[in-house]
Amino acid sequence: MSENTVVWEVFIQSKNGLAHKHVGNVHASDKEMALQSARDLYTRRNEGSCIWVVKAEYIVSSESEDGEAFFDPSNDKMYRHPTFYTMPKGSKYI
Amino acid sequence: MSLLKYILRIADSSLILAQRTSGWCSKGPTLEEDIALSNIALDLFGQANGFLEYASKIDGTKTADQLAFNRNEREFFNLQITEQKNGNFADTIVRQFLFSTYNFLFYTALANSTDETLSALANKSLKEVKYHLQHSKSWMLRLGDGTEESRNKMQIALQYFWQFTGELFEMDEIDMKMSKSGIGVENSLLKLHWDTMVNEVIEKATLKRPKDEYMQTGSKKGLHTEYLGHLLSEMQYLPRAYPNAKW
Repeated sequence: MSENTVVWEVFIQSKNGLAHKHVGNVHASDKEMALQSARDLYTRRNEGSCIWVVKAEYIVSSESEDGEAFFDPSNDKMYRHPTFYTMPKGSKYI
Repeated sequence: MSLLKYILRIADSSLILAQRTSGWCSKGPTLEEDIALSNIALDLFGQANGFLEYASKIDGTKTADQLAFNRNEREFFNLQITEQKNGNFADTIVRQFLFSTYNFLFYTALANSTDETLSALANKSLKEVKYHLQHSKSWMLRLGDGTEESRNKMQIALQYFWQFTGELFEMDEIDMKMSKSGIGVENSLLKLHWDTMVNEVIEKATLKRPKDEYMQTGSKKGLHTEYLGHLLSEMQYLPRAYPNAKW
């Protein structure tokens, strides 16, 4: 069985309009099986309204050794955060 | 009395197939399938519970639990296909596919029942059955049109379970009475649609449809194959040995 299956990453959207969030993975031999298994494993307790499954091999990840070059340069660029504005009174969710 | 028996037949098929399917829990071929089959079993237990609660209300003396745990083999009216052993994975899939196709058509028709409770229960169950059908159908195709070994196993399973498909469309005097009054379903009318749906999948799965030859019968009268007794003894053991046991 396992030699015929590959890993698929599962993303669940909990509500319409929200982003799909990575929740885990499943083993499956085709996209239909991946979707059904994802449904069975990750939405049993009313977690979602939409599922994406993506073959794990198609996910491109940054490498940890690139971390310095990728992420450190943004450390000292405070001006990229919109924290220098005065907030109008009563605006709660900004 | 007819209505009570009619409801019990529906409830019992769900209950017995649920008990059977739950036997896969912790024994599934993969973690994913283990949970898929356990989910299906739980769906079926839920459906059985709904119908048994209604039966209990009509009956007026026994609770749903008593109906499930205190009746004997000859007092169960589940379709014989539901009590057949799990066998290998192919057996379980073929049994689920043949039954789910029937169950999908049956609930679709029962949703139009003039009995509001039956119609509501049918509508609720239908959503679950649609998924059971989708799940078993995709395995029919995957394994039928798979390797030589998987195709052989599927064909053997199909050959075995076919003899229990005649019962799905039988009508006795209770069915006649229920369908005439608009409460029940005219099962014989489901056959044509069932044939079309099943033939399409069998063909796509590169399997051969067995001939409609000798068909098993009897569950409407409480007659069963040798497997039901063993299933009941396991399912009913605890509440019979400890009648007031609580969680």
